[in-house]
Amino acid sequence: MTDRQSPVVLRLAGLTKRFGSVLANDAVELDLRRGEILALLGENGAGKTTLMNMLFGHYLPDAGHVEIIGPDGRLAPLPAGHPEAALRAGIGMVHQHFTLAYNLSALDNIVLGAEPLLAWRRDRQAARAKIDAIMARSGLTVALDAPVSQLSVGERQRVEILKALYREARILVLDEPTAVLTPQEADSLFETVGRMAADGLSVIFISHKLREVLAFSHRIEVLRHGRNVGGMATADADETRIARLMVGAETATDPRPPMAPGAPVLELRGVSVAGPDARRSLTGATLEVRAHEIVGIAGVSGNGQSALAALLSGLAEPESGEMRLADAPVARFTPAAFVAAGVGRIPEDRHHEGVVPDMSVAENLVIEALGDPEVSRLGFLRRGAIRARTAEACAEFDVRGPGPYAPVRLLSGGNMQKLILARVFGRAPRLILANQPTRGLDLGAAHAVARRLLEARARGAGVVLISEDLDEILSLADRIVVMHDGGMREAASRDRAAIGLMMAGQAAA
Amino acid sequence: MMEILDILANPNFWSASIRIATPLIFGVLGALLCERAGVLNLGIEGIFVAGAMAGWMAVWLGLGLWGGIAVAALTGAGFGLIHAILTVPLGLSQHVSGLGVTLLATSLSYFTYRTALPDVSTPPRIVPFRALDIPLLSDIPFLGPALFQQTALSWLALAAVALVWWVLARTPLGLAIRAVGDNPDAVDAQGLSVYGLRIGAVMAGSALMAIGGSFLTMAAFDAFFFGMVNGRGWICIALVIFASWRPWKALAGALLFGAFDAFQVRLQTEYGNAVPGQIFLMAPYILSIIALVVAARRADYPRALLTPWFKGQR
Amino acid sequence: MMRIEPRQPSRVVNVAVPVLAALVSLLLAAIPLALAGADVLAAFRLMWSGVFGSPFAFTETLTRATPLILTGLAAALAFRAKLWNIGGEGQLYLGALAAVALGSGAISAPPAVMIPLVLLAGAAAGAAGMAVPAFLKVRFGADEVVTTLLLNFVILLFVQMMLEGPLQDPMGMGWPQSAPVIEKATLPQLMDRMRVHAGLLIGLGLAVLFHILLTRTTWGMKMRAVGENAPAARHAGIPVTRTLMGAALISGGLAGLAGVGEVAGLKGYLTADLSPGYGYAGIVVAMLARLSPLGTVASALFIAAVFVGADSMSRAIGVSSYLADLVVAIALLCVLIGGFVSRYRIVRVRTGEAP
Repeated sequence: MTDRQSPVVLRLAGLTKRFGSVLANDAVELDLRRGEILALLGENGAGKTTLMNMLFGHYLPDAGHVEIIGPDGRLAPLPAGHPEAALRAGIGMVHQHFTLAYNLSALDNIVLGAEPLLAWRRDRQAARAKIDAIMARSGLTVALDAPVSQLSVGERQRVEILKALYREARILVLDEPTAVLTPQEADSLFETVGRMAADGLSVIFISHKLREVLAFSHRIEVLRHGRNVGGMATADADETRIARLMVGAETATDPRPPMAPGAPVLELRGVSVAGPDARRSLTGATLEVRAHEIVGIAGVSGNGQSALAALLSGLAEPESGEMRLADAPVARFTPAAFVAAGVGRIPEDRHHEGVVPDMSVAENLVIEALGDPEVSRLGFLRRGAIRARTAEACAEFDVRGPGPYAPVRLLSGGNMQKLILARVFGRAPRLILANQPTRGLDLGAAHAVARRLLEARARGAGVVLISEDLDEILSLADRIVVMHDGGMREAASRDRAAIGLMMAGQAAA
Repeated sequence: MMEILDILANPNFWSASIRIATPLIFGVLGALLCERAGVLNLGIEGIFVAGAMAGWMAVWLGLGLWGGIAVAALTGAGFGLIHAILTVPLGLSQHVSGLGVTLLATSLSYFTYRTALPDVSTPPRIVPFRALDIPLLSDIPFLGPALFQQTALSWLALAAVALVWWVLARTPLGLAIRAVGDNPDAVDAQGLSVYGLRIGAVMAGSALMAIGGSFLTMAAFDAFFFGMVNGRGWICIALVIFASWRPWKALAGALLFGAFDAFQVRLQTEYGNAVPGQIFLMAPYILSIIALVVAARRADYPRALLTPWFKGQR
Repeated sequence: MMRIEPRQPSRVVNVAVPVLAALVSLLLAAIPLALAGADVLAAFRLMWSGVFGSPFAFTETLTRATPLILTGLAAALAFRAKLWNIGGEGQLYLGALAAVALGSGAISAPPAVMIPLVLLAGAAAGAAGMAVPAFLKVRFGADEVVTTLLLNFVILLFVQMMLEGPLQDPMGMGWPQSAPVIEKATLPQLMDRMRVHAGLLIGLGLAVLFHILLTRTTWGMKMRAVGENAPAARHAGIPVTRTLMGAALISGGLAGLAGVGEVAGLKGYLTADLSPGYGYAGIVVAMLARLSPLGTVASALFIAAVFVGADSMSRAIGVSSYLADLVVAIALLCVLIGGFVSRYRIVRVRTGEAP
């Protein structure tokens, strides 16, 4: 544990960042002491990542500055906007989205940028020896010679941390490090981090998960709407107090009224779908989703969820097994046929699959319904009808932006997702696939998504909710199914630890 | 059948293969370097023309053969810089920018040549690179004339392959270039300049392309003609994919292509009366298309190829 | 320090950018003109009078613009679907080849039958020329940029082979050229003693047609969706492969029509130097039009005027007419940069004040 006497190694003074009209960070202050694990807590969109990007020089602050301890033990300002300066000063950052070159080995990724660029050859022997020593000291081990593309997500994260340690980082920033890990992997990560902190490393870890923050940090700093709203020693903190700080006056989630399930809307019987490898395929999946029911699909990403999503979107055809929608066998596996059969699909990657960013709000709203008589006649678009429909949908689903004819790329992530909701729910689907529907959304938008899913359930739709966020699944799902290595198993209980074990592929629950 | 064996037994066939391959080796290497850094350079066809014209012009103005090579390389790097500025910091379409550079380099070369030499009916000539005699090796029967009687530029091409391979595989710079073509964020997070690496790679690659072009006017021929590049640049773009972005495979691909081309020229003299000559002339292009189709299935494109990257936007 | 921010598209900027690009490219032409030792102002005056100096001069521009509108449309439609058809030149020759194969006496019928037939045959040949690379792309993933570029050379050699073989004019004294297109298959002239022909009306009609198709129909919306985000289009139920193949056939067909117009409307017979690069210039036309079918007409007129003006200037003062190609290339690069300016704005970012 740190004590008050440990020197301050990093100080963020009045950092302010504005994106367009959004004030992402407003005069944020932060002190970090040697050997301290500081949890930076806040909801999505609270400004945590922006703050860290300024610390690391990816963004230029509009005001304020960063001070860092120098070799003389005194705080000195860090030049803004220079990642290489931050690296030199001993700041290491593990981004939420890994910054690894997949075509290079772990060793090459770790060494990248650490040697003088114009050397005529690389000293791989020396590099390997140094990494081996770091791995031995920290307990972080990875296969150094395999290309990163072949490593698991947990291993890739270890490579990221090793990158920082190789650069002799004295301050390590972990941005949502557990988002992609099983609870057990997360525990082992924090154990390692704790050991390194005891060794003198200072750690900022960014999270919105109260449980892990309370378990592993020394001190907590809460951000809301880009401002400091409170800091405390973890020993003095409790869950309700920090939850209130994080979300303000609002209470967390809507209640999920009990509801008797109806007739099956989706049945999978021994369905297999090919994926890029065995782990990411769907093997012999059996699943039943009934009306008035939300089925949560828990699991660490990359365990077959994308194959399941592709299947339910009509993008992939099963190699074997049977799929029935509303008690009728599926004959044609195309997105258009699925839309026609009453399947509403909220894709995982909004920008990639959800919208056409350069087309307008109105066009994106009707893109799944081009054949509908309200949308087109004899192949010609009915522009008046589309305009009316867009105005109505934008009002109902609270889609805010520069107008119905503005390209969707100008919308915020939350508004883009609301647009997709409007498209999906406008057709009153009987089965809804919601794949990571709240990822990256601010609290308001995430609530809107949850409310819509519950409304659809009340209306009689069946929902398949795929999420990496176990809390989200626990709060919304009537039943929970865990995916591991392409297989699906229903969780017998709603016990977090038991589900965590299933996610890791251990012991039936 | 006997005719084919005759062709293969003739050392001239092998030395012609190397001669045909030489500009392609430079071109494929150049395209490879650009693409490894994540930038498709369709300026290659025009940069070939510019290298051919500028190198020749420099020699004609009295700068000497190696001076000509240097001028060609600088010209190529200059056009590379234009392409790099448009596609790297500005992030504009690599396809369109590359075609634009090809149009610009070609028309500028033609315009300059016409302006400098307005009234010539037969193009003026220079004294080109001559085949080097390498003591002992050149005197080996068959192998000597087949392999060891090449101009200095062919040896330079070989050296360039080794150099590009060494840089990419064995140096920190090469590591960074390979990384920036896969994931620019990885390079940025390690404090290296994505823009610097990409712009540098495109300029160096374009310089290589231009040297390839200059081979045409300074070794293969001794004068500059309009239309003399004739799609060689596009063939290089196909060969890079065929070579799966590896320097030694690029050398092999270019040599294979050269051998095929030399072979069809000889078949043409053999069977030219029975079959229209155009059939033979089409062969290199069709071969390139086939090579592309064969390679496309297993092509492992650099992941960040064609994708612009902007600083501070992740 | 600068930062790049997206900006909202605006109609004014959309028009202003290509116009400015065209003007800048003309202004920049002053540099090579001066370096070539020409009187820059006089040269520009000569170019102007070469285009607008007489009714004949102006109709020459229209004649030159005719194939450019069609190859420009071909490129614009393909590029809209993100299909990089750089093979307009080859497809143009295939169209011309089909036109002389049918129209030089192989069959004969009244013009009302003959002309549509020749047009259709040319369009079909051009479409076939683009079907091959499009198929190789969707089936094998072979990059269509390279295949269409390489096919241009193959097709030109094929045309030469035909002109020295089966399609050679028996009365041509051994020249590699086709027999002349018969009267009944010839596109009518639009004006007496001028070379401008009905191909221009076809080009204008098709530009309007494709404008309507792109902006007002579900077909156009599907094509734009496929071009701008194919995974999202597929997810939304749009048949991506079929849409791409459709775009490929239409694009090739339009380039083929350009070839028909050149032989059946202008030259009267086919030679291997029919096109001075109309296929490649079509790419510039399309980009300068920012891929809008109606804009294609305007940008084709501009490019045609540059060529006609430079030719006429070149004849008068002996500056190489490659100047026109230079202007065209610069215009392409300028409009590309202009596209950046219209999509993003560069914002000056204040650095955090020093402590």
